[in-house]
Amino acid sequence: MKGSLAYYAWCIFLLAIAFLGLKFYIAQLDQGLIITNMRDQVSWGLYIANFTYLVGIAAAAVLLVIPAYIYHFDPIKEIVVFGELFSASSIIMALMFVFVDIGRPDRFWHPIPFIGKLAFPDSLLAWDVLVLNGYLFLNIFVPVYILVRSYYQKEPNKRAVVPFILLSIPWAVGIHTVTAFLYNGLAARPFWNASILAPRFLASAFCSGPAIIIIIFQVIRRISKVKIENEALFKIAELISYAMFLNLFLMGAEIYKEYYSNTIHLAPLTYLYQGLQGHKTLVPWIWTSLSMNLVAFFIFLIPKTRKYLLTLNIGSILIIVGVWIEKGIGFVLPGFIPDPLGEIYEYMPNTTEIAVSLGIWALGLLIFTLFMRVAIPIETGIFFHSKQKPQKSSNDTLPIP
Amino acid sequence: MGQRTRTMSGNLYTRRTFMKILSAGFVAGLGGINATCKKVINEEFLQKYFSEMTDEEKKRVVQRLEEKYLKQYGKSTRVSFGEAKQNTLWGYGLDLSRCIGCRRCVYACVKENNNSRYKPQLHWIRVIRLKKGNLISLENAEHYYDPDKVPEEGFIYMPVQCQQCENPPCVKVCPVHATWKEPDGLVVVDYDWCIGCRYCMAACPYKGRVFNWAEPNIPKEDLNTTMHYFGNRPRMKNVVDKCTFCIQRVRSGRYPACVEACPTGTRKFGNLLDKNSEIRYLIENKRVFRLKEDLNTEPKFYYFFSL
Repeated sequence: MKGSLAYYAWCIFLLAIAFLGLKFYIAQLDQGLIITNMRDQVSWGLYIANFTYLVGIAAAAVLLVIPAYIYHFDPIKEIVVFGELFSASSIIMALMFVFVDIGRPDRFWHPIPFIGKLAFPDSLLAWDVLVLNGYLFLNIFVPVYILVRSYYQKEPNKRAVVPFILLSIPWAVGIHTVTAFLYNGLAARPFWNASILAPRFLASAFCSGPAIIIIIFQVIRRISKVKIENEALFKIAELISYAMFLNLFLMGAEIYKEYYSNTIHLAPLTYLYQGLQGHKTLVPWIWTSLSMNLVAFFIFLIPKTRKYLLTLNIGSILIIVGVWIEKGIGFVLPGFIPDPLGEIYEYMPNTTEIAVSLGIWALGLLIFTLFMRVAIPIETGIFFHSKQKPQKSSNDTLPIP
Repeated sequence: MGQRTRTMSGNLYTRRTFMKILSAGFVAGLGGINATCKKVINEEFLQKYFSEMTDEEKKRVVQRLEEKYLKQYGKSTRVSFGEAKQNTLWGYGLDLSRCIGCRRCVYACVKENNNSRYKPQLHWIRVIRLKKGNLISLENAEHYYDPDKVPEEGFIYMPVQCQQCENPPCVKVCPVHATWKEPDGLVVVDYDWCIGCRYCMAACPYKGRVFNWAEPNIPKEDLNTTMHYFGNRPRMKNVVDKCTFCIQRVRSGRYPACVEACPTGTRKFGNLLDKNSEIRYLIENKRVFRLKEDLNTEPKFYYFFSL
């Protein structure tokens, strides 16, 4: 994959969107967060919604790591590097979303341990800073190590790398748990203050991340010589169906509890699913999300549709969008509506927030594209250290521990 | 307090050096800015965590702020660092039988505390209107009632502001220790340390925290020149602020502005540790309750009924 025209066009396209986002972000810096639609009543919006979703996406890698390294499912093993680099890109995006959300980026050094005053262990946000950066390190270190060894045409040293790969599994569980706890611990917000939150985060993360991976792997194998077997994609899809079952089940459990007990804490859920006192902005969104997740569940459950690329892709896209609504705006906003004193402020992101968000997504995809620009030629054996003789034919993938 | 009062002498040198190098790069990037301006930016950017500043450094901060306000508002101001008095724990009483919902407290507060006036106007006190017969459920609270005359038949009014919790959830969640509870029980924010993440706003069950979504604006002639570093000094955009029971007043022996402004005697204030204070009398002799007691936040803001 030498820089083809399509590659440059894609990069320029992403750069253009990123610059547009930057333009809006500079205006936001200049005027303050007043130019977003966030207000005291709904003090987090689209940015934090995207952040929450992207932490989930980062689970993509671990879902590939588990079958590859624990159950020795070989078709997935060889493509773990791409999955981990995708997770790294997701974490970078998630951190960028936090960065654009904070009002004083000029004080970026205040939360840096030892230099600033990170409130660890009191604040869950401090925990999140640590675990997200740790996860980012793991998901960059492992693939870079494997790629560098491959570049010199050497086998990776298993002893050096496998512990880190295995560590990334509990660490992935950790980032979702900490992110869920960030909301979960707030007694002021009954919608988030439910013990089921962390399990729900894990379940939905294991749907959306791998669904994106299914799409991305098909793109990679189309534009390069990387071999990714259908078998691997179908396996991922099967795992998604279990995760989606769990996700829907946990959601049902929560809905039952709130509706049957029917306390004043039902209000946010009512707002989300039925509308509250005539305020219905989120209602069409959440029902769209629920339908998408349900349809995708059946597509991935039934072997026939799961193992047919067209339906597989439809299912994946339904999950990507469905979970984005569920874990993004469908999760963050009802926490604020109604607010602790019963006021209802209906929030929808404005142009600034949408443009900045698209800019971050574009920048994240660009980072991932550049990762792939290096990783794919190494993995396919095209790109290697020139002093070594090529030992492999170019269409071979390199074995990874 | 252990963490905050700790001196970081071991780290000081490296931290400072690191930040100096970093800020040198940062400031160098701001081309075309004159030298004094650069120095101020540099100092603001580098300002240390409050409890780690020496008295000398605090003086320098006060000087810098007073110079800044003089330039901006054309008035000489006094920014105090006044500390909490011994054996003091401030408590507030609010008589729901008397409140008529006139919102004089709201506007007195805006004025006293140098809150932003226009677009947006920041209120630290919110008066909500509740239908009689319904006190605890706030689902039907009206925040923007606007009749010709108050009080209205069939309603009661409930002012809500920061409850100065003994167990404040907002303090616990701050990722950079930019907010804490002072020895006299006041929950304060260091506006120069807040990163504007708004996690505290999500954590507060009383909507006690307010965000400066834009650069605050205060008419020059309205600036209150008696200021406290943790209280009513003018804030900057994108930081959180909140009611401090008028820290600039109560630490120098005055009542909070809302107490003075109330025309009906609804608002009471005093030292909870003083057996002879009015607030202690009310707690011992009236039926008091606190908002959302089930959340275990232990507010020092007592609602009661005199009638």
